[in-house]
Amino acid sequence: MKILVPLKRVPDPDTRIRLKPDGSSVDWDGVKFAINPFDAIALEEALRIEESQGEIDVVVVSIGGEECTEQLRAGLAMGADRALLIRAESDLDPLAIAKMFVAVYQREKPDFVLMGKQAIDDDSNQVGQMLAALLGIGQATFVSKLELSDNNTIARCGRETDGGIETVTIKLPAIITTDLRLNEPRYVSLPGIMKARKKPLEEITVADLGVNVVSRTKVLGLAPPPKRKAGVRVKTVDELVDKLKNEAKVI
Amino acid sequence: MAKILVIAEHDDGQLKLATLSAMGFAHKVCADMGSSFDVLILGEGISAAAESLRGYGAASVLVADHAALKEPLADKYSHVIDDVARARNATMVVGAASTFSKDILPRTAALLDAGMISDVIDVRPDGNDFIFKRVMFAGNVIATLKLDGALKFLTVRSAAFAPPPKTADASPMTPVAVDAGKLPSQIEYVGREAKVAGRPDSTEARVVVSGGRAIKNAGDFERLIGGLADVLGGAVGSSRALVDSGITPNSLQVGQTGKIVAPGLYIAVGISGAIQHMAGMKDTRVIVAINKDPEAPIFEVADYGLVGDVYQVVPELMERLKR
Repeated sequence: MKILVPLKRVPDPDTRIRLKPDGSSVDWDGVKFAINPFDAIALEEALRIEESQGEIDVVVVSIGGEECTEQLRAGLAMGADRALLIRAESDLDPLAIAKMFVAVYQREKPDFVLMGKQAIDDDSNQVGQMLAALLGIGQATFVSKLELSDNNTIARCGRETDGGIETVTIKLPAIITTDLRLNEPRYVSLPGIMKARKKPLEEITVADLGVNVVSRTKVLGLAPPPKRKAGVRVKTVDELVDKLKNEAKVI
Repeated sequence: MAKILVIAEHDDGQLKLATLSAMGFAHKVCADMGSSFDVLILGEGISAAAESLRGYGAASVLVADHAALKEPLADKYSHVIDDVARARNATMVVGAASTFSKDILPRTAALLDAGMISDVIDVRPDGNDFIFKRVMFAGNVIATLKLDGALKFLTVRSAAFAPPPKTADASPMTPVAVDAGKLPSQIEYVGREAKVAGRPDSTEARVVVSGGRAIKNAGDFERLIGGLADVLGGAVGSSRALVDSGITPNSLQVGQTGKIVAPGLYIAVGISGAIQHMAGMKDTRVIVAINKDPEAPIFEVADYGLVGDVYQVVPELMERLKR
């Protein structure tokens, strides 16, 4: 069995994002990068399936510049078997990325795709669902519980929806997008890092995939959100209730 | 000429208020462009919810009422929305930014080869096209952007768009024919965990009381956070820390990856204020923070801050409010 796990390079979640003064882009100076946390959860789940079943090929794939090899190596160090980098310009929009993953999917022919529900940089939460549509296969999004059955042809998924956990079954192959509570990704070990150096990391271009994609989204500018004006400290519960009643008039 | 299709959302036949915000977005675009919007509701036994959509100026309320659509499964719903969007020559398909829309609409967009923008907070006309604003990076960046293509998919933040004005005329209801034999069946519904009854949803409530790391167990959460919410007739929410430690269910989580709320009053109890949490509540009108750490970042966004132990302050606050 083969599981495909896309990994996106994103700013470390604890980084405070600053913009260039002209609002043309994020100021990347000195920013640390990491695997998108939801993608790390997807990879962890693939590795756990591999550990419980054996005989599974876990392939990590990233789309972007040379710098993405850093996250692919980290994925290999976690335990993925093979890595694939699709060299492409950055700033592709979700539909463009999904179309590229269609080509990757057709090349790799995985049994299913496990990927993060959203990337913590653009927060779009679209690519997995679009990929499922373009491939004409099923999807389970925001998955916090996953069980494979029927000789790995069915996945039973607990989905985190606004109304609580919903359970669905989907036929494989399918796209499964992961939510926070699915697992806690392992830390990379030193032996893992050593082993990762010997694992294959293949680089191909968009042209090699035979796809021609354009981004329809054009970003005109970025700005910080409006700042909330500084509030006041109150000393007592009585003072708080008085302010809420008579000043803010919210109770 | 914009022709907007709003996708309504309901909870077992009870209309979600966020739908009215998505219609408010459509109303705003139509007012600017002199065009019209339709609203589509899907489900089974949804006539009451459909009826409640009629007084807001939609050109028609389209009703896809069929047993096969009882549960909101992405494969079936996308198929129906795809058909309706084509038949009505829609130029925009819009839903509220909820897990419902986030699951279904990107799938439908790809079926129609349309681009999509999530979490839209503003729209304005630009010639025959539009300029949108959306939030990204956990709410720390607002992007201004355009989306090429004759058909655009959007999810909109409900706090950003007021419901459309009520109209005297009721929109006509138009049934949508559903051919169940043609619907895909890759996804099968099994069940949903029982909801905690009695309290409103945090995305729809006027008041949200939210608990964080300072709350030690589920009993204390119910007593302090639930208790204070009940005194104020509000909803409960939670920081990620409490969900991760199993004290609260995931559906309560407020933040970048949980629910985005914007009530009139948000009381953050023992929440330090990680950027991921603040991404989910900083559009609230009035924020109150109660925390024993005077340096907690939550105080930077709070309108009223009270430094103190939540185990003392919250019971005192409940007593005071009950008086």
